[in-house]
Amino acid sequence: MPKMNLSINGKKIEVDLDPGTPVLWVLRDHLNLIGTKYGCGIGSCGACTILFNGRAIKSCQLPVSAVGTAEITTIEGLSENGEHPVQKAWLDLDVAQCGYCQTGQIMAAVSLLKSKPNPTDEDIETFMSGNICRCGTYLRIKDAIKKAAKLTSK
Amino acid sequence: MENTQNQHSRRSFLKVSSITGGGMMIGFSWLANLIPNEALARTAAADEWIELTGFIKITPDNLIKIFSPNPEFGTNVITSLPMMVAEELEVDWKKVIIEQGDYDTPRFRSQFTGGSQGMRMAWKPLRTAGATARIMLLQAAANQWNVPVTELTASNGVVYYKAGNKSATYGSLANAASKLTAPTNVTLKKTSEFSLIGTPQKNVEGKKIVTGKSMFTLDYKQEGMLIAMAIRPPAFGLKLKSFDAAEALQMPGIKNVFEIQVYKDGYERGAFDTRTFNNLVVVVGNSTWEVMNARKKVVVQWEPIETKKEMVAGFGGKKEEITPAGLESTDNHLKQMHEMQKKSAKVLRKDGDPETAFAKAKKVIERTYSAPFLAHNPMEPISCFAHITEEKAFFVAPIQIPEFMKQSIVANLDIPANKIEMKLARMGGGFGRKAYGHYIIEAGHIAKKMKAPIKLIFTREDDMNNGVYRPSYMVTYRAALDEKNNVTAIHVRGGGIPEGAVHENRFPAGAFENYLAEGWDIPSNITIGAFRAPGSNFIASAEQSFLDELAEALGKDPIDYRIELLKKAKATPVGKNNDYDADRYIAVLELVKEKSGWIKKNNKNAKRGVAAYFCHNSYAAHVIDVSIKNGQPVVENVVSALDCGFVVNPEGAKNMVEGAIVDGVGNALYGGMRFEKGVPMYKNFNQYRMIRLKEAPKKINIHFVQNNIDPTGLGEPPFPPVFAALANALYKATGKRLYNQPFINDLTKG
Repeated sequence: MPKMNLSINGKKIEVDLDPGTPVLWVLRDHLNLIGTKYGCGIGSCGACTILFNGRAIKSCQLPVSAVGTAEITTIEGLSENGEHPVQKAWLDLDVAQCGYCQTGQIMAAVSLLKSKPNPTDEDIETFMSGNICRCGTYLRIKDAIKKAAKLTSK
Repeated sequence: MENTQNQHSRRSFLKVSSITGGGMMIGFSWLANLIPNEALARTAAADEWIELTGFIKITPDNLIKIFSPNPEFGTNVITSLPMMVAEELEVDWKKVIIEQGDYDTPRFRSQFTGGSQGMRMAWKPLRTAGATARIMLLQAAANQWNVPVTELTASNGVVYYKAGNKSATYGSLANAASKLTAPTNVTLKKTSEFSLIGTPQKNVEGKKIVTGKSMFTLDYKQEGMLIAMAIRPPAFGLKLKSFDAAEALQMPGIKNVFEIQVYKDGYERGAFDTRTFNNLVVVVGNSTWEVMNARKKVVVQWEPIETKKEMVAGFGGKKEEITPAGLESTDNHLKQMHEMQKKSAKVLRKDGDPETAFAKAKKVIERTYSAPFLAHNPMEPISCFAHITEEKAFFVAPIQIPEFMKQSIVANLDIPANKIEMKLARMGGGFGRKAYGHYIIEAGHIAKKMKAPIKLIFTREDDMNNGVYRPSYMVTYRAALDEKNNVTAIHVRGGGIPEGAVHENRFPAGAFENYLAEGWDIPSNITIGAFRAPGSNFIASAEQSFLDELAEALGKDPIDYRIELLKKAKATPVGKNNDYDADRYIAVLELVKEKSGWIKKNNKNAKRGVAAYFCHNSYAAHVIDVSIKNGQPVVENVVSALDCGFVVNPEGAKNMVEGAIVDGVGNALYGGMRFEKGVPMYKNFNQYRMIRLKEAPKKINIHFVQNNIDPTGLGEPPFPPVFAALANALYKATGKRLYNQPFINDLTKG
């Protein structure tokens, strides 16, 4: 198996795995970064969303061989202890119910706010509809993104 | 102040003991993560904790821990249940450590996450546990200072003797308190005396959730752990015949491929031992990806099942269950259900003389409603960790009611009950699915065979396609009208595959002199189970849509018509077992009427609908406004009124109701599993449509009836009336009544 050098959360990590292994399982099984969740395995639910050079990507659809020199950021790399504005907004609005999808939601929201620092309702609806929340916390997610936008612009 | 304990030296000691403590040996941080949020840094060794009343542990240096007994699946009982203990214990909520209790039902008396019963069942016992501990701590101080206990007060984890200018922390008193006999007569606070219960409190696990800490079973790891996946039949009505694993065994990282039998021959299943596929091929290996790939290489032969009759232990005693042979399909199910609707069925309730009323009727309004099987689809697919040694059987499981799995573990895995240890991992949603813990038995068999720690994983496809669905239903409502347009009789007949949803004693029973309720079942080999408000989630949609249509036929306002019927049922109730409190029902309707501006806004142009329902001990009413944009329904606004008694945690309660509304809109519009030749046709979220953010209601406003009635649950009650409120609103928007779920099909049919 080929050795591959990855850049994850600012650290260089060497892995030696089947190159077809999705990054999702590299993170979860081999690097113990379990904040990235498995939801569907086909890129339809967004539970596994991570940042790939700062942009949201579904890690279940990304073979480890395709990462190359890209910088990967997972929820663990977003902040030390939940201080990122998006995480703070999520806590402030008490968004979560079961919580399983929320790390993926947060990573998607971070990506959205990077490209659109002041997103409209429609922007949020369009961008965030790749992430399913089975508990139905969508309205709080929407409000939390708006709140995070305000926290970021301060 | 008498409390002179040296905090500094105490902390130093704790640091050392936490390093040497046995619980820290595991190489991963999962167990440490069970101790929540800010308290993580203040871990004390196991033997430091002094237990009071089973729910509380205190260290000598005044760390206070409260256990949440019930498994958490997203209703936030891990916050609201400990609030009950903390209120009576008199501790600072911000400093208290909340911990999920392990499976130990004798200690906690109840560990039940289902049926919206958590709050209701905990209300007295958990406050009593807190109050009992407080009294013991007060008594310990009274003994120490030799003063009457009546002279003492407690607040924020400290006992005060004001007259003597003395105080002592709970920590300094805990050891002495733990040796006292617990008082049997405990007076609990009045609601007016609460300082914590009734205040909005955020999820105590919020920070762990947003930082992606390990909490779920799928996150659990242990040294030497192997990954397992099962191959189950591709269709209901098939079973394992044989398999060839030669190629799979050659794949990298694969340890073994073998067959397991979940339940023993002759095992009498309990109410939550679902009739699962009983013979599975299991693939075990080092990593998830390796096992997923190898599983595809196993060549499996299937064969048809034979019809089977067996006795199972249901909730209402033993009953015979039939599993028919054959490959079933949705189209045929619909035909079968329509056939059943033409014949008389089992009479569930009869008041007066409905037959004569219908025979004499000037006009009969008859409407038939149907709904498909639904998959629960919690975001966390099922997984279960098991490690079985001579010493103990250790599980980490997402399980709603662990006690219900005990007899199955004992009988099918040959494990004595006293050797079962189970961590109740946070569940990534359940909605009823995780009440059926066959996967615990499956994981146990695999762990026994491998003699190693294993984690059984379901892929999304496994989770969606291997059973335990909400049943498929059909029901017909009929109303007899006389020449004066008075409703003289109501008839409801309905059933389901494999069980029906007619609740014969629910409203509008009691409001009509002549009333007939009938029910039927069609046996099926497709497995079913409780799904958020079982039965109610369908019958409410039919009943409340029918009442809407009836009100329209009578020329009455739909809210006023419901209230009129409820007032009648209260003043002159028909029958004896009417299963609702008319006053509380009316109160939610009045509240939703007021808060939605019903009178002002319900003009001819309004595209809004109403529905109300009572189930699982709480009352809910919704008014929904819709519009149609680009041919698609848009839920513009939802106003809700709830009566769940005294609201323990208004923040959590609101979140729960919002979620139930979104879930209701989603399942009403899009939910449904199709079957063809026994095969579930939707494999994953690209085929099984789930509501997404852009389809969620734009606004939700929630209002609670203020009262001092003992709290009841909210996980289920707000869900059933969403379907009908939405259907009734969509009728106003489109002129089309919606009878068949998911509504999107008929709505977009043109």
